Amino acid sequence: MLQQGVQDAAVSRGVRKRHTLGKQARREEREFYLFILPWIIGFILFGAGPIIASFVISFTQWTLLTPPIWVGASNYTHMLSDPFFRIALVNTLYYGIGSVLLGVTVSFLLALLLNKDVVGQSLFRTIFYLPSVVTGIAVALLWINIFNPDFGMLNHMLRVIGISNPPGWLVSPTWVMPALIIMSVWGAGGSMVIYLAGLQSIPEHLYEAASLDGAGPWGRFWNVTVPMMSPVIFFNLIVGFISSLQAFVQIYVMTDGGPANASLVYGLYLYRNAFRFFQMGYASALSWILFIVIIGVTAFQFWLGQRWVYYEGDIKGS
Amino acid sequence: MKISVPSQPSSQTAVQLDRERAKARARRRHFLSKSIIYLLLVAGSVLFMLPFLWMVSTSLKPSNEVFSWPPSFVPTHFVWQNYVEGWTILPFNTFLKNSLIVTIANVVGNLISCSIVAFGFARLRARGREFLFLLVLATLMIPREVTIVPTFILFSKVGLVNTLWPLILPAWFGYPFFIFLLRQFFMSIPRDLDEAARIDGASTWQIFTRVILPLSKPALATVAIFAFIGNWNNLLDPLIYIRSQELYTLALGLNLFRGQNFTQFNDLMAVSILTLLPVLIIFFLAQRLFVQGVALTGMGGR
Repeated sequence: MLQQGVQDAAVSRGVRKRHTLGKQARREEREFYLFILPWIIGFILFGAGPIIASFVISFTQWTLLTPPIWVGASNYTHMLSDPFFRIALVNTLYYGIGSVLLGVTVSFLLALLLNKDVVGQSLFRTIFYLPSVVTGIAVALLWINIFNPDFGMLNHMLRVIGISNPPGWLVSPTWVMPALIIMSVWGAGGSMVIYLAGLQSIPEHLYEAASLDGAGPWGRFWNVTVPMMSPVIFFNLIVGFISSLQAFVQIYVMTDGGPANASLVYGLYLYRNAFRFFQMGYASALSWILFIVIIGVTAFQFWLGQRWVYYEGDIKGS
Repeated sequence: MKISVPSQPSSQTAVQLDRERAKARARRRHFLSKSIIYLLLVAGSVLFMLPFLWMVSTSLKPSNEVFSWPPSFVPTHFVWQNYVEGWTILPFNTFLKNSLIVTIANVVGNLISCSIVAFGFARLRARGREFLFLLVLATLMIPREVTIVPTFILFSKVGLVNTLWPLILPAWFGYPFFIFLLRQFFMSIPRDLDEAARIDGASTWQIFTRVILPLSKPALATVAIFAFIGNWNNLLDPLIYIRSQELYTLALGLNLFRGQNFTQFNDLMAVSILTLLPVLIIFFLAQRLFVQGVALTGMGGR
């Protein structure tokens, strides 16, 4: 230590400065890795480790009771002939497209309505936002109650407005998916808040400029609001679609895939294989296909997005 | 802003009259559009609140009225007893205790681990930092389904299945979404404050605990709230890991209740409301933080 100090004093001022800086930088680097250590451990134990393991397991047959058997790609080829896989995939896409399109429309409309300087804005916002915060099984139970074909609130209201033969909702193979989609729209308030923040950050001068150019309310909406909001809408479409492809809890509680597998979604089928049939290999293979579907759908949305999403500050050379 | 000057009019009064008329027209149109907006908002609010009202109404109905036809919105008399009956039909006190243990451990664990990690990413320079942060973001995008099976196998190999540990431990090793949220917030705190503290002789840890954390209360509260709600409502993990009834959380308890007493909708709704109460209370106390958190990350926190 002492010797080093003497040496330091001997070298020129500039060199010494660089030297201590290097020491400081090294210390900072050490501190950095100490600070993020919890995440590194977590990443190995609950992130990267399981991801790699899942990929390996997907090539095995493993019930946890006996050692895993290497089966090559047969879990993946099995999916091609598995009718439930196809049903689950179709149902999931149905649910995803339906709930996201309806959800985005409703939440965007609500945000537009709220963005006008209305009296009681915060009260309305609370009302629309609240349902998106309360989720989980209690809400699923509530909707079972609402969708009850005979004694539920929804069919009661439909009868009052003159529909004498309302659908059976959760017990009807045709209506179970629309019912689940309707329920998902109840949570539209979450993205409404995001839209509202976006709407409020559109600079007023753009609207003024549009007005001076002779744009009416409709013109201002299509030529200012929509382009300025398109990145937010795009973001919501992507996040919403990804999370709807992973829908599980509500559907597990409300229908458990029924009736006649009409609401068997991907997450549910995966859960069954893993924790009811204990087919760990097949469940892992299913999860990787889900991942690929998510990536594919997201890439497709980005490709579509190039056509309609407008980024301010993005110079387009054409 | 530039406003073009209109050409000089020939008659002052005619123009004024015109203007008055235009104003009146605009006012009428304004009034009409305002009315439509309020009409839509009120109609929407009623639709969004109806499920809650139905829930409360069902929870207070006498049993014979739950399945009466036509259904009634207001019970003939309020049966508050449903709440007691529902809560005691299964050991919901035990379930509540388990939910509290799991949720509080998750909130505390996430607050501690995520803020420490986020501070590292926001403030300390090191080789490989950008790459590691990219990894944090990448894990955000990987669906849970992919890790769920190996994680279950991991916990079963170390004998922790059917304990509360699998529901608690992961929170103590940082959750990517919260790390991201806190890092974004920490980055917005001026670095001058760190430098000043550093000159005063503060260590990195002291800068973290004495400078950054006190200034980050809103972001920390947001994390606490998201963690609370996420865990309070969590059904999937307890479903996978918990077997014995004395370890059930409220979500599992409700699931069990529903399976056993499918027709007792009034009791079921009463217990459901009770389990939602903490979430509702937090929501009303901290709505501003919710909205801020959503705006900060652009995500709903799910």
